[in-house]
Amino acid sequence: MIEIKDLHKSYKMGSNSLHVLKGLNFSIGEGELVAIMGSSGSGKSTLLNILGMLDEADSGEYTLDGVPIKNLNETKAAQYRNKFLGFIFQSFNLINYKNAAENVALPLYYQKVPRKERQEKALKYLDQVGLKEWAHHLPSELSGGQKQRVAIARAMAAEPKVLLADELTGALDSKTSYEIMDLIQTINDQGNTILVVTHEEDIAHMCKRIVHLKDGIIEKDEKVKQVRASAYV
Amino acid sequence: MWLFDRDLWIEIFHTLGQNMFRTILTMLGVIFAMIILVLLLGSANGMSNGFDKIFAGTASNSLFVWGQSTSEPYKGFERGRRIRFKLEDAAILKENIPEIEVLAPRIELGNHRGIVSVYRNGQTSGSAVYGDFPQIDDITKKKLVEGRFLNSSDIEESRKVCVIGEETYELLFEKGEEAIGEEIRINGVYFSIVGIYKPNNNINIDGENAVFVPFSTFQKAFGSGDRMGWMAIAVEPNTKVAFVESQIKRLLKNKYDVSPSDERAIGSFDFSEIFSNISSFTTVLQGFSFFVGIFTLLAGIIAISNILLITVKERTKEIGVRRAMGATPKIVRRQIVLEAIVLTAFAGLIGFSFAVGVLGLLDAAFGSGNDFPFVNPMINIPQFSVSFLLMISLSLLIGLLPANRALKIKPIEALREE
Repeated sequence: MIEIKDLHKSYKMGSNSLHVLKGLNFSIGEGELVAIMGSSGSGKSTLLNILGMLDEADSGEYTLDGVPIKNLNETKAAQYRNKFLGFIFQSFNLINYKNAAENVALPLYYQKVPRKERQEKALKYLDQVGLKEWAHHLPSELSGGQKQRVAIARAMAAEPKVLLADELTGALDSKTSYEIMDLIQTINDQGNTILVVTHEEDIAHMCKRIVHLKDGIIEKDEKVKQVRASAYV
Repeated sequence: MWLFDRDLWIEIFHTLGQNMFRTILTMLGVIFAMIILVLLLGSANGMSNGFDKIFAGTASNSLFVWGQSTSEPYKGFERGRRIRFKLEDAAILKENIPEIEVLAPRIELGNHRGIVSVYRNGQTSGSAVYGDFPQIDDITKKKLVEGRFLNSSDIEESRKVCVIGEETYELLFEKGEEAIGEEIRINGVYFSIVGIYKPNNNINIDGENAVFVPFSTFQKAFGSGDRMGWMAIAVEPNTKVAFVESQIKRLLKNKYDVSPSDERAIGSFDFSEIFSNISSFTTVLQGFSFFVGIFTLLAGIIAISNILLITVKERTKEIGVRRAMGATPKIVRRQIVLEAIVLTAFAGLIGFSFAVGVLGLLDAAFGSGNDFPFVNPMINIPQFSVSFLLMISLSLLIGLLPANRALKIKPIEALREE
């Protein structure tokens, strides 16, 4: 699903440049649930931005579902993001004046899905994250965990190839975090490919594979025995 | 076509509607600007209409011609000779100059602007007395309060009838007294009153204290023979008055042996000049109002753009999310530009409706009065369309500013955690 070869990225900071990614190689198959771990400054956010087509690598190859991701203009990048990727952010990033259903339907709007179908799908995915009754509530009326569920529903609504989650539990308490991870595991069980960026050990171990990043290189890439989050809920 | 995409409009109205306070604040500038534009234009129009009303009843394409005295010796005549027109001149002019539409000769009793005593039952009034043809009514319309104006049978039969001014009536009659059919005496001759007129608004050639009698009756009663005082002439609508004026003068100078270079012998007054002066004044006024209004509107639209610029900054995160969700730069730009246009158009309409209401009130207050040139102050459809179109295109151009600012936001920066 995701193929990365010799990925390099550096940032210019005034006169000196900061080499953040120093030649990464890995691939993620369909249906995997992968955690990318690393302390701050390890390059994990940069990697996620490149995977999410929000940023571009200086050199190296990135193939997503067989499509080479290279030299994209903004329009193409937006279309690919919409088609291939679902984003889940640490701070949820819901649009605060749209209710839950409208937020979930937003990617579908950009896919030009007809209105009625959009609403049906939004409700379907809200139902899947257990928030069907909250469809018409504004984000401000939802708890943190509920907001993240809405965000997950939104990421899934466009039926992307890969879900990219950036510290998705970073703003939540541990109990809610486990509930969210339980949901992520359920979604993964259905066959969805999910990539989770985190610095929390327990969250990482709820995935099936952990890629350890340190100083811009892959330190360790290991399959782990998945800890089911439902045990903690 | 995206313009008819219901979702797009729902998205835009939703965004604007969810931020009501911000939206209203943003619109204020354009609302006020539109009010100013419409009020200014409407007032200028009202003024123009007001002048039209004042001049209504006076043929705008008309002139007056009268005889004066020569300033140059010519063909053996000394200078200072008085030129007196004859009634036959009227027929000669009409025959030779086809551009003349109406020609009404007139004669006055006494000297120019002379006052003659008019008697009735021991009451006296010092009035101007004119011998007239009914055609004069086509050039300077009389507002009749009672009865009728002179007609052609009056001329043919040399009836001893007259039409008097309201002031003359007040001097000769008690208030409310019936005047039609009553007789008045001028220079020992009795005339029976057939009509009373009111001065025609502000253009007042004859005065309010005047008596009109048929030209033919005047000739017989006062022994004026074939003399004529002056002529009121209406020219065909598409002909320049000045052109006809010079033709008339050439003909008359020739007939009365006046030097072609003598400027003083024949006097004339071109009415169309006043009209063109006033109409160019109101045109300038309208143009000026438009100019001021459009620039005020521009300021209002710039204010909208400014606030949109600020809100784009405020919405950085939202726009970043939208782009991460797959909004292309085109979609983002379209949304922000359309927000600017919708805001402007809506504000413009609010301002327009309000201003039209105010103009309506102004019209009710001043519109019917005669003394103030302010009638039906309203902007017309072309003016409205031009300003509205201009407003929309300006808002489109200016909406691009915040839109491009929004495009500069990289999703990655927008989504970076604070």
